[in-house]
Amino acid sequence: MSKKPRVKVPKQAKAGELIQLKTLMSHVMETGNRKDSKTGKLIPRQIINKFVCKFNGKEVMSAELQPAIAANPYIAFYAKATESGTFDFEWTEDGGEVIKASGEITVS
Amino acid sequence: MSTKSTKTAVLERRQVLKGVGFGALALAGTGLASREALATPEKATEYLAKMTGGAASKEGRVTVKLPEIAENGRTVPITISIDSPMTDNDYVKSVFVVAEGNPSPEVISFTMSPAMGKAEVSTRMRLGKTQNVRAAAIMSDGSVFTGTKQVKVTIGGCGG
Repeated sequence: MSKKPRVKVPKQAKAGELIQLKTLMSHVMETGNRKDSKTGKLIPRQIINKFVCKFNGKEVMSAELQPAIAANPYIAFYAKATESGTFDFEWTEDGGEVIKASGEITVS
Repeated sequence: MSTKSTKTAVLERRQVLKGVGFGALALAGTGLASREALATPEKATEYLAKMTGGAASKEGRVTVKLPEIAENGRTVPITISIDSPMTDNDYVKSVFVVAEGNPSPEVISFTMSPAMGKAEVSTRMRLGKTQNVRAAAIMSDGSVFTGTKQVKVTIGGCGG
């Protein structure tokens, strides 16, 4: 099962500019409501339950995801460019596995 | 003789197919029934009240953007935007999104900060059927605002 994160962070921005950050995580987001068509048993829940975005170590936004979020969770939001630095993104899966990605921005 | 036997064979196959068809229908029926423990508008309200600490909420400032008609409930784009300057003194602290007709009401919640500059987030959600999607935002001064959007769903997207 591939769990590949993809992030889109603008490479450059002017100080004070509003930038959009886009993230996409390859993940089945198994709801726990679905039955296996062969055995009739419920397929256990396995979702990304948390997403965090930090800029230079400080939290910008975080989200708690529920099974109602579609497979391959996409989250897009904004940030105000203040200084050059790194956006760090973290997804936490049920069971505790953490998947990370990051993107750099130069602010002039 | 030989023609007769072919006929019976065909009939038998038809009967078998018919039987399988009904079986599948019955299975699908039970599958639906087991998923009927659905969220209701009341449950959604209850959840929002719990999350916002029971604070009195006002309609407004929160916009839930969803397509009027979602042909496929498996993945429906949703954007939640809140009218807020997002400054250090006046910003959105958190947002809770609920669905009134999914297996459970909670969809996603966000913890925001002034560093966002603009209180708007987009994601993609599952919708089991035609229903209202609601969002409640807690502002930095403690006030709570809500917004609702109805979406018609052609094919549900929760479960099998």
